[in-house]
Amino acid sequence: MAMNYFELFGLPEGFQLDGSALASRYRELQRAVHPDNFASGSDRDRMMAMQKTAEVNDAFQTLKSPLSRAEYLLRLNGIELRGETATINDPLFLMQQMELREALEALASSNDPEQEAIALEQEFRSLDRTLMAQLESQLLQQQWEEAAVTVRKLKFVQKLEQELALLEEQWEL
Amino acid sequence: MALLQIAEPGQSAAPHQHKLAVGIDLGTTNSLVAAVRSGQAETLPDELGRHGLPSVVRYTEQGIETGYGAKAEAGADPENTIISVKRYLGRSLEDVQARYPQQPYQLSASDHGLPLFITRQGPQNAIQISAEVLRPLIKRAEATLGGELSGAVITVPAYFDDAQRQGTKDAAELLGVKVLRLLNEPTAASIAYGLDSGQEGIIAVYDLGGGTFDISILRLHQGVFEVLATGGDSALGGDDFDHLLAQYLAEQSGVAVETAKQRRLLMNEACRVKEALTDQESVVANLGDWQGEIGRETFDALIQPLVKRTLMACRRCLKDAGISADEVLQVVMVGGSTRVPTVRTQIGRYFGREPLTSIDPDRVVAIGAAIQADILVGNKPDSDMLLLDVLPLSLGLETMGGLTEKVIPRNTTIPVARAQEFTTYKDGQSAMAIHVVQGEREMVADCRSLARFELRGLPPMAAGTAVVRVTFQVDADGLLSVTAMEKTTGVQSSIEVKPAFGLSDNEITEMLKESMTHAKEDFAKRMLTEQRIEAGRVIESLSKALEQDGKTLLSDAEIQQLTDQMAALNTLCAGDDGQAIKDAIEALDKASGEFAALRMDLSIRRALSGRSIDNV
Repeated sequence: MAMNYFELFGLPEGFQLDGSALASRYRELQRAVHPDNFASGSDRDRMMAMQKTAEVNDAFQTLKSPLSRAEYLLRLNGIELRGETATINDPLFLMQQMELREALEALASSNDPEQEAIALEQEFRSLDRTLMAQLESQLLQQQWEEAAVTVRKLKFVQKLEQELALLEEQWEL
Repeated sequence: MALLQIAEPGQSAAPHQHKLAVGIDLGTTNSLVAAVRSGQAETLPDELGRHGLPSVVRYTEQGIETGYGAKAEAGADPENTIISVKRYLGRSLEDVQARYPQQPYQLSASDHGLPLFITRQGPQNAIQISAEVLRPLIKRAEATLGGELSGAVITVPAYFDDAQRQGTKDAAELLGVKVLRLLNEPTAASIAYGLDSGQEGIIAVYDLGGGTFDISILRLHQGVFEVLATGGDSALGGDDFDHLLAQYLAEQSGVAVETAKQRRLLMNEACRVKEALTDQESVVANLGDWQGEIGRETFDALIQPLVKRTLMACRRCLKDAGISADEVLQVVMVGGSTRVPTVRTQIGRYFGREPLTSIDPDRVVAIGAAIQADILVGNKPDSDMLLLDVLPLSLGLETMGGLTEKVIPRNTTIPVARAQEFTTYKDGQSAMAIHVVQGEREMVADCRSLARFELRGLPPMAAGTAVVRVTFQVDADGLLSVTAMEKTTGVQSSIEVKPAFGLSDNEITEMLKESMTHAKEDFAKRMLTEQRIEAGRVIESLSKALEQDGKTLLSDAEIQQLTDQMAALNTLCAGDDGQAIKDAIEALDKASGEFAALRMDLSIRRALSGRSIDNV
């Protein structure tokens, strides 16, 4: 079993995290284990350094983003969301999702797609913020099951945000 | 002036053994070699004082010629003179024929579909030709520096995919050169500038070479060069400016361009006109009996679509990095094509600041690579420089319906390892086909196919119960290896994957043997030498490790055992049994594996405790 990512960075386990401490410890760890330190070493040493650095990189990415950090915290507490086919039993949320998705699909045929894209982006973002605040308090109170539901919802929202960004990128081309 | 030299504890006042290492810029049109001498990184000139070496290889009756001589004969002997071979590295014949339809070469396909250039000296692949570009540079470095090289850092476009990187590394290894690192060209340039200015902040590197375009956004902070995002086009460069201008000249003049020779002359004239337009507002072009004046605006208009493509890439890259154009502190220009005035003007306008050009854009990459090589080889133990590079293109797998599933997204910091799990879809299914692709598009057909392999020998199980775990690992050079295993039964079906358009280990061995017959060296002798060098590395690093942490982590008996095994390996090195040395290295690696892992964890704890002391 790999080392606990919070322990690896010497940070207290929790959703709230000192971002600048994370970044500076990341650099220190990289300095200690990066394969470039072993460039004239043996093949085995370089291989080992590479694997360790990959682990440090993965840990950093996992802890850096709030959503993946929350997912990781849930995993540490026995809830595995990775690879699951998420189902949400919240009719209100699902309804809202469907409406937003329809709005996203209607963008292409809109008269003023750019203006509507901006409006939609703001809507996504405010939903994201509300859910993130919910998640924070749920994790703080160790309501793991409830937090897992919120993480699933956030994944939906972030997927919508990504699709919108992709759409905008295609317009630019 | 210091009268006394005082050594810090743990540092020796005597100069430690200086190792020879170089940085090599293996360019599409020109290549360079650089080294750190007396603390200064500089490119090394040939005996005539020329720094660049045209990346042109000619296969003559007598042998192989590289550089200026070959370039001069390119017009007269186009079939046997290979120009811009870098464009062919890691690509299939089909791919290059679609991309560059008008080439004067006779090409055929290898068993793997790689392009083979049919020359007077027989068929040559892009790796072999690239090795011929490197050969005189290595010779030049060894002659100038006065000894054998311990290693080299070779630069590649940041946007190079796995197959192109592997091809570059194979070319160097064909010559017996130890590749310390494949370094991305923009990162190399930012080292040269970053360490020069000592400023910290966001750096944008715009690199437009002969055949490739790269844009990279980096953050420099306390000696750490962190690549935030990279983008570009591995098939866009100054050569394309030449092609557009040549097409224009051919149309204007009406001069027939049918033979390979005529085509080459046309290209040469286009290139000359382009270069002259850097300092002149207009230039007279000559083709046969035809003469015509070409103004700079005409040229600018011709290449505008390409310049615009580079600007779009800059925009995407900034977006990926999460940086706005006005946050960029420095814009570094790299590559000969950044001499084109309209390129400079437009980039300057886009980033809202004057681009940096104080270091020769043709040499800056080699200089940065030399600085890195000097550190990697161990000549600067106190250096705090660290490079954190990223994966330029997403890696994924083919799923149902020809769709790609991304396993590692682009711009992920490397080295990186990611695993993905798959299940069987039929009862008793005993094999699974895995197709690894690289690229950003949703359809497999639009991405680069890197490798296909079949996982066989799965235990007979009900559909959906066998779980195959496929692990992607990308090292600091950006090179991929894939392994797979069946999880529930623990059956290891571990496979190392070579790129689809690279070479198999066998082919490399064959090429190595072939190059040996050319160089009249003995293949077995070279293998022996390589094993001795590796044994030396193993002994040196293990001795150092034991000296530092042996007493902390191991018992006296354990230390004694490792010391004895090292002595035995050392004795074997005096003999000439390469296989015995190899086996002894493996045994020692195994015996010291636990110790190496403990040291890695110890260094992590030290790094963190050092941090917390700093914070006090």
